[in-house]
Amino acid sequence: MQFMLLFSRQGKLRLQKWYVPLSDKEKKKITRELVQTVLARKPKMCSFLEWRDLKIVYKRYASLYFCCAIEDQDNELITLEIIHRYVELLDKYFGSVCELDIIFNFEKAYFILDEFLLGGEVQETSKKNVLKAIEQADLLQEVILRSVLRSLNV
Amino acid sequence: AGGRSGRSLTPWPGQQEKLIQQELTSLKATVSAPTTTLRLMKECMVRLIYCEMLGYESSFGYIHAIKLAQQGNLLEKRVGYLAVSLFLHENHELLLLLVNTVVKDLQSTNLVEVCMALTVVSQIFPREMIPAVLPLIEDKLQHSKEIIRRKAVQALYKFYLIAPNQVQHIHDKFRKALCDRDAGVMAASLHIYLQMIKENSSGYKDLTGSFVTILKQVVGGKLPIDFNYHSVPAPWLQIQLLRILGLLGKDDPRTSELMYDVLDESLRRAEINHNITYAILFECVQTIYTIYPKSELLEKAAKCIGKFVLSPKINLKYLGLKALTYVIQQDPNLALQHQMTIIECLDHPDPIIKRETLELLYRITNGQNVIVIVQKMLDYLKESKEEYAIINLVGKIAELWFIQTMNAVFSVGGDVVHPDIPNNFLRLLAEGFDDRKEDDQLRMYAVQSYLALLEEEDALYPQKFLQVMSWVLGEYSSLVTDVDPEVILTKLHSLLKKTVITSETKMWIMAAVTKIASHASCSKIVDKLIQEFSNSLDTCMRQYAFELKHLCEDKALMRNLLPFDGSCNDMVVDASLSFLDGFVAEGLGRGAAPYKPHHQRQEEKLSQEKALNFEPYGLSFVSSVSSSGVTGRQSPTGLSFGSDTSGNSAETGHKETNTLKLEGVRRLWGKEGYLPKKENKVGKENEPQTVSCGSLLAGQMGDPPALRSDQVASLSEEDKEKQQLASTLFIGLGSNAGVSLMGKADTATQKFKRKSKINETQSSEEASDFQDTSLCSSDIVEDNLAFETPQSLKKSGPDDRLPDIRLSQSSLFADSNIEIFQPSRNAQSESASKTPLVPCLSEELEELTHSEVVELCQSDALALYLCKVWTDDSLLLIVFVSNKTTSALNAVNLVFEEAEHFQILESTTYQFPVIEAQNVERCQKRVWMDKICTQGILSGSVNYQSEMETRLEFSITLSLVDFIRPMEMTTEDFGKLWLSLSNDVKQNIKMSSSQDSLSATLSTLQQKLKLHIVDIIGNEGILACQLLPSVPCLLHCRTHSGMLALWFRSPCSALPDGLLYQCQKVMEES
Repeated sequence: MQFMLLFSRQGKLRLQKWYVPLSDKEKKKITRELVQTVLARKPKMCSFLEWRDLKIVYKRYASLYFCCAIEDQDNELITLEIIHRYVELLDKYFGSVCELDIIFNFEKAYFILDEFLLGGEVQETSKKNVLKAIEQADLLQEVILRSVLRSLNV
Repeated sequence: AGGRSGRSLTPWPGQQEKLIQQELTSLKATVSAPTTTLRLMKECMVRLIYCEMLGYESSFGYIHAIKLAQQGNLLEKRVGYLAVSLFLHENHELLLLLVNTVVKDLQSTNLVEVCMALTVVSQIFPREMIPAVLPLIEDKLQHSKEIIRRKAVQALYKFYLIAPNQVQHIHDKFRKALCDRDAGVMAASLHIYLQMIKENSSGYKDLTGSFVTILKQVVGGKLPIDFNYHSVPAPWLQIQLLRILGLLGKDDPRTSELMYDVLDESLRRAEINHNITYAILFECVQTIYTIYPKSELLEKAAKCIGKFVLSPKINLKYLGLKALTYVIQQDPNLALQHQMTIIECLDHPDPIIKRETLELLYRITNGQNVIVIVQKMLDYLKESKEEYAIINLVGKIAELWFIQTMNAVFSVGGDVVHPDIPNNFLRLLAEGFDDRKEDDQLRMYAVQSYLALLEEEDALYPQKFLQVMSWVLGEYSSLVTDVDPEVILTKLHSLLKKTVITSETKMWIMAAVTKIASHASCSKIVDKLIQEFSNSLDTCMRQYAFELKHLCEDKALMRNLLPFDGSCNDMVVDASLSFLDGFVAEGLGRGAAPYKPHHQRQEEKLSQEKALNFEPYGLSFVSSVSSSGVTGRQSPTGLSFGSDTSGNSAETGHKETNTLKLEGVRRLWGKEGYLPKKENKVGKENEPQTVSCGSLLAGQMGDPPALRSDQVASLSEEDKEKQQLASTLFIGLGSNAGVSLMGKADTATQKFKRKSKINETQSSEEASDFQDTSLCSSDIVEDNLAFETPQSLKKSGPDDRLPDIRLSQSSLFADSNIEIFQPSRNAQSESASKTPLVPCLSEELEELTHSEVVELCQSDALALYLCKVWTDDSLLLIVFVSNKTTSALNAVNLVFEEAEHFQILESTTYQFPVIEAQNVERCQKRVWMDKICTQGILSGSVNYQSEMETRLEFSITLSLVDFIRPMEMTTEDFGKLWLSLSNDVKQNIKMSSSQDSLSATLSTLQQKLKLHIVDIIGNEGILACQLLPSVPCLLHCRTHSGMLALWFRSPCSALPDGLLYQCQKVMEES
């Protein structure tokens, strides 16, 4: 996978992850063009796009578009499932996720993504394991927080 | 869990520029203030990431992100690492500052810290610093936690991508990872293997067995349940393995052999109707078409592609087209099968589907359909706005249309085409357009198309065309890198030796040889050629051979003289011939007469003769000039194409015929470009001249679909149009080269051939009885459908069923004027005491639910009919064998082949000791479904002793539904059983408006699938059924807002999926 973008129906970027080195200018250009192209598509149309020399796989969940760029020989359908699994993960973590969850906690969304996809490849397909890894880290944070608070109280 | 650290970002309603700039300024101040705590810094980083995402410059914070990763506690470190991975790219200089932190964290005893470090390394790491962390990461491969091992493998994968030689020495460890006890680690190692095999597949052939075993285990459900995704075992892993196998098996029969079984199994297992299984199927199909082919698998894969193409889901349809595009070269017939779908896709509202269809058509373009396809492409272009697509498509159009059309022009026009045409064509090709890459592509396409044409043995092309070919080959063949110049030279050499080649064409060919020889180092063919023609009787050829010989001796001069693609460079011609001045002066010195211009000589001559001259001088003047070209220096090096007289200078004799015949020549090019209209008429006249290149004649064939037009007649106007289009598009495709408009039409013709043969032996009066059947078209369609879906539960008495069969038979031939064989009435009445020739069920079976009697197959002597009877304990297959001959047949054997999914109770064979003339015997077999599949084929054969051993094969399609029976039970029993069952599958199906009531839906399911309705309570219903002999499956249905929620449970895991598929089918149909 070359990159993943999340953007809203209004075209606002919500999350971006690039797995190929590109200049900021290039990234901005790609994002702008792609958001435009995808938003212009009608709902009943195919979830795949040929765009430049890439394949774009996108899917809309409520008000958010999830959009992945893959290479020509990659499997489009499994990419759709990657998106779906990511949404499932977000959903499980946030408890029926909505766009606001991602705006307010976008660093969490990144953590989950990094635990699921690493360097553009699927790292862990077991939902349980991904969330375990995230929660482990979260838990440690809370332990630290608590100890910090305790030390403040004393 | 999950703090809300970003909450304060909300007061940016419209993300107004000003607010963000303010925010950035304050962030800038905060991050650089020495008093800022790490905790505050973490907050700043989150905000900064957000700003950067919105497109604002935030590089001032990069260094602080690194610091945060370095100094922060876990909580802060995590954000620091994240910010680094989002802000920086691989080659960013600041990244070097991160290395120490990573090294420290890799050595930490805290697992979370190690994980963070590995995660960041797998995303970005400076290539030159790999040695600093490599040993630490290698150590992690032995770590006791699988998450660490997995991330370590992932990090090594990243290293392999950016610096493969740095990890060269740890290939053994990759193998160890591949054998890791944790499937996640193993899966991660596959990324590395896929990459390595992509680069060098031959180095990893020895691992094929391991990959096959792994895939087998995955497919067989041996992995922990955690890896299941929507009840499909580890789909990502499966796809990765399939891709690896494809690469390993490519062009390698022995390696491919190892994987046939597992591929077959994968195809079989992936039968459930869910996107994820389609993903696996698609990959499987691609692998099957990539590896060394096996016909059985190809057949299954083709069927799969069919499923995709015909799917109503647009994504699957798209992939179906993509798969077709991929396999089209291997199997053009597959496109023929789906031509109607392809036509529909051409007018699809989604431009992506259209584009993929055009891509598909591009691959099957040939001389015969080029016009239609190019037209379609142009239509698409007019609508398209995307620049990239336009560039891509325009290139294709140019290639296809230009070269192919010109090929047709030259082949058809032959030697009578006006010399301007080839000259202009070559000029266009040479001068090109603005885009260098495009031009080269066009030229390459031309070279390839000519090489293909020359490939055909004994093909005879017009001289002009050969000249064009040799010029293009000479100029541009070096663009095509995958063809050995020797091969081209061999072709040209063999052309030179043909007697039909005129000496002018030979000049062109020699010029091409010289040009090719100038880029090749040394060539045996060229040496041979020089030797052969150095003593040729043809002086021109001899001259050429000598020139070539000398040039070959001085390669530098040769390259200088014949630069690559130098045809457009302007050559400075010394028109005053000043280099001859010395020669002239010398001649004059020796007393030679000074040169007088032509007109001066003529004037002198006139004044001498003092007589009237009636001849039009101008004319003779012109002809003398052009003929002087023959002997002059204008030897056709082929480089000169601009002027029309020099091009064909060798044949002044022909010139007259050229000008004379011009009117009869097709005008293919006009001011507006191509003139397609007139061509039919003229093309036909020209056809016989160029029989050898028939395939090129393309558009001239006029009306290829005429043959079948009578069959089409019965279809609706719109369909007719589409079929017309199909026949023009798919012409010349596939082995039969004919156009089969529909699969059905084809079989029909076959049948009628067979029948008409029988007809000869039958008395013709009997048969005419049914000839007047005037059936409308819809009947045909319906009957065909009836043939295909034998499971339609129709109970009909023996009386009305009989003519039913006859009608459906005759209707197939309603449009042809062929008399149809029918089991005669006379014969029936004669043999009334015996079993009639047309099969019918015995009384006791007639009572049971059963299908119609359908014909399985037939030969001259035998006809087989089948009837399915759904008894309570099995599927009863009644096979009728009818003896159509006038003598008894002895020892007729019916044998069913072993089928994987089905079990035939009792024996699989049956012998009829004797079947009397004009008589029908029947046998019955009870069948169970052994392994669950939605649909399977049971095949078998009949053989009997006549003068020679005769064998007739047949196959029967059995569906899961054939083996489902209602299961009666009380609501309490249902409840108990429900709780005891473990395998469940849930799915929501959209209900159409016609089936909005639950009871209506359930009764459809009851009817079509033979489910038993146990109870209906409000908007919920429970149903039960069993798979023979006695595997129960329970179904719970609930309707809510137009959706039907289905919930299956069964002790058998595959049964719910199979039934779900059937339910979906039923719901879609109704």
